Amino acid sequence: MGEDAESPKINHTFLRDYVTEADVISTVEFNQTGDLLATGDKGGRVVIFQRETDSKGESEEVGETGDSGEYNVYSTFQSHEPDFDYLKSLEIEEKINKIRWLPQQNAAHFLLSTNDKTIKLWKVSERDKRPEGYNLKDEEGRLKDISTITSLQVPVLRPTDLMVEVRPRRVFSNGHTYHVNSISVNSDGETYLSADDLRINMWNLGITDRSFNIVDIKPANMEDLTEVITAAEFHPHHCHLFVYSSSKGTLRLCDMRSSALCDRHTKLFEEPEDPGSRSFFSEIISSVSDVKFSHSGRYLLTRDYLTAKVWDLNMDKGPVETYQVHEYLRSKLCSLYENDCIFDKFECVWNSSDSVIMTGAYNSFFRMFDRETGRGVTLEAWRESSKPRAVLRTRRVYSGGKRRRGDVGVDSLDFTKKILHMAWHPSENIIAIAATNNLYIFQDRVNPETQLQ
Amino acid sequence: MISTMECAADAQSLISISLMKIHNSRTQRGGIKLHKNLLVSYVLRNARQVYIKEKYAEIYRMQQYEEVMTVCNEIQELNPLDLDAEDAEDEEQAAAHARTSSAIFGCSPLDDGSKEPDPCYYRSCCMEPSPVPHCDQFTANNSSSSSSHCNKTTVLDLDTHVVTTVENGYLHQDCCCCDALQCGQGARSPARKRKVEFSCCVSDVEDVSDFTAARKRAKREDCCYSNIDYTDTSNISNLISIFGSGFSGLLSRQSDLEQICSKQVLASLGAWTRAIVAF
Repeated sequence: MGEDAESPKINHTFLRDYVTEADVISTVEFNQTGDLLATGDKGGRVVIFQRETDSKGESEEVGETGDSGEYNVYSTFQSHEPDFDYLKSLEIEEKINKIRWLPQQNAAHFLLSTNDKTIKLWKVSERDKRPEGYNLKDEEGRLKDISTITSLQVPVLRPTDLMVEVRPRRVFSNGHTYHVNSISVNSDGETYLSADDLRINMWNLGITDRSFNIVDIKPANMEDLTEVITAAEFHPHHCHLFVYSSSKGTLRLCDMRSSALCDRHTKLFEEPEDPGSRSFFSEIISSVSDVKFSHSGRYLLTRDYLTAKVWDLNMDKGPVETYQVHEYLRSKLCSLYENDCIFDKFECVWNSSDSVIMTGAYNSFFRMFDRETGRGVTLEAWRESSKPRAVLRTRRVYSGGKRRRGDVGVDSLDFTKKILHMAWHPSENIIAIAATNNLYIFQDRVNPETQLQ
Repeated sequence: MISTMECAADAQSLISISLMKIHNSRTQRGGIKLHKNLLVSYVLRNARQVYIKEKYAEIYRMQQYEEVMTVCNEIQELNPLDLDAEDAEDEEQAAAHARTSSAIFGCSPLDDGSKEPDPCYYRSCCMEPSPVPHCDQFTANNSSSSSSHCNKTTVLDLDTHVVTTVENGYLHQDCCCCDALQCGQGARSPARKRKVEFSCCVSDVEDVSDFTAARKRAKREDCCYSNIDYTDTSNISNLISIFGSGFSGLLSRQSDLEQICSKQVLASLGAWTRAIVAF
């Protein structure tokens, strides 16, 4: 099973491996219903996919959802352009770091997209009718000669081909000195937060010229800097709570009711370091690259370089579950440091019932862990091995012990094929995996709906 | 404690790679990435610690051999000394260092009894305002200074011909930079070492010996890792202050002893470091 939702194939196989830097997908996000899927890339473009629905009247039985599960391109637009900070003589990349959908309130859809410095609110709306029969203009919009008008008519709306319009509604600029790494929409529907390396700001969706700074970890003397903010997210239900992760591997839960400036955390989640496993790269591999609240709001999921951890909000002494994503890389950290792979920031996601977590790895592999059994499975997002509708087979990385057929050796892993970004449908077992410049959408046909426990 | 699997050779290459990364980040599109550079500076600090630790160990080994040679030369008629293969290599270096140090101080290291502290080494080095002139010779100083330590007891086992330096139950390892001031210390973090250096150099000569001796005694029981938080911050701050002012920061802070220590370490890493620093 699977569908390759990439752009139309070209008939030049020798070009297949050539990837334009601008086409590399940098973020993936489903909206709240799962009907829309947005991707952002390094070139500053956003592509929105919409889920296909079966035509009405065709064998629609009671109980069927009517969705075929296929996603097609809905709209494409240029969200951010390369920019230049003249004061600091720095180029600002147009790469889309994050996209977050707003809860839908009317027929239009809204999403926030951000690059390193600027956050933009986009309105995505459909138009399938257009007015016809103007008195002063003709069909092409040219002004008519008044002398030819002999009667008055009332313009009417006639159906036309579907047109998707995307317009920028707000631009939230000049809020960040450092590179924005996260945005998160509050459950109150009115505010959202944006986090950079040292500060977190809270914005009102309707106000662009002001934001509140709610976290500031910049030291008075930059020489005393020891950690940076790596990710931040609002609690899914409590509009006063948010969490942010740091490069030191700690999580801080903050309550905005306690003070205006949340520099002092309400709760600190930290796992004591094992002194026996200390190495040159201990600080790097303990840096948290992503943090996500569970849908229930009870748990936190974090990803550092080698592991994924589940934390209980009620227990700050350490994670309740730890999953080894690719422990076989621990002895390769020196090489991974040389080729910069050790700085890769992997994302992690929950499924809709919070029973399964998923995260990416190298060699186009991604991993899913069942929280109940604690078992993990390795899957591959690669064109050659997954044809549409084919069943994904599990893969294994051989790192000692009995070698099975099909196992991949650690030294054969392709570290240029990394799965950093992914998303899980909010209610169904459909996942979107970004592999460099390709987007893979996989659906579980056996259990399409997630069973709620 | 960095895993002992990583040896000094890896530490050197890591330092080199880290410096290259920081240098390259200046020209990267999108500006300097604060997070990445912070992580690289942590690796740099860790590698530097291991490198210095290995250097101390090497110096200590050379010291021990020097003591053995000194004692055994005196009791040569009793028994010929069996040298290990690695001691044979150290022997040449130790002999060369002994010669150069004697040239500087006008004292023969061979005359140094293993038990008598030699105040002429101690004070003459303490009078130096800056250890820079000694940077090439610090190993020489170390090799000849061990016996000038006023608090240590050197024991020669006549059966095994092993010379052991004992200081209140702790084996003694000299700090490479402190030995430029003849202040032998236990294995300590570089931050504390630099503090002692600075205070040594501004104090009176007479006060220095008492002061450093007192600090040495106080520090001896310190595990360097109990001060890890402080040293982490100061190390990072030093590194970031270096990087913040550009690579010229590695060379320009001549008056700052803390940076001189960094420079010494880096200068001793060889021509490849100089090439990077020269950018």
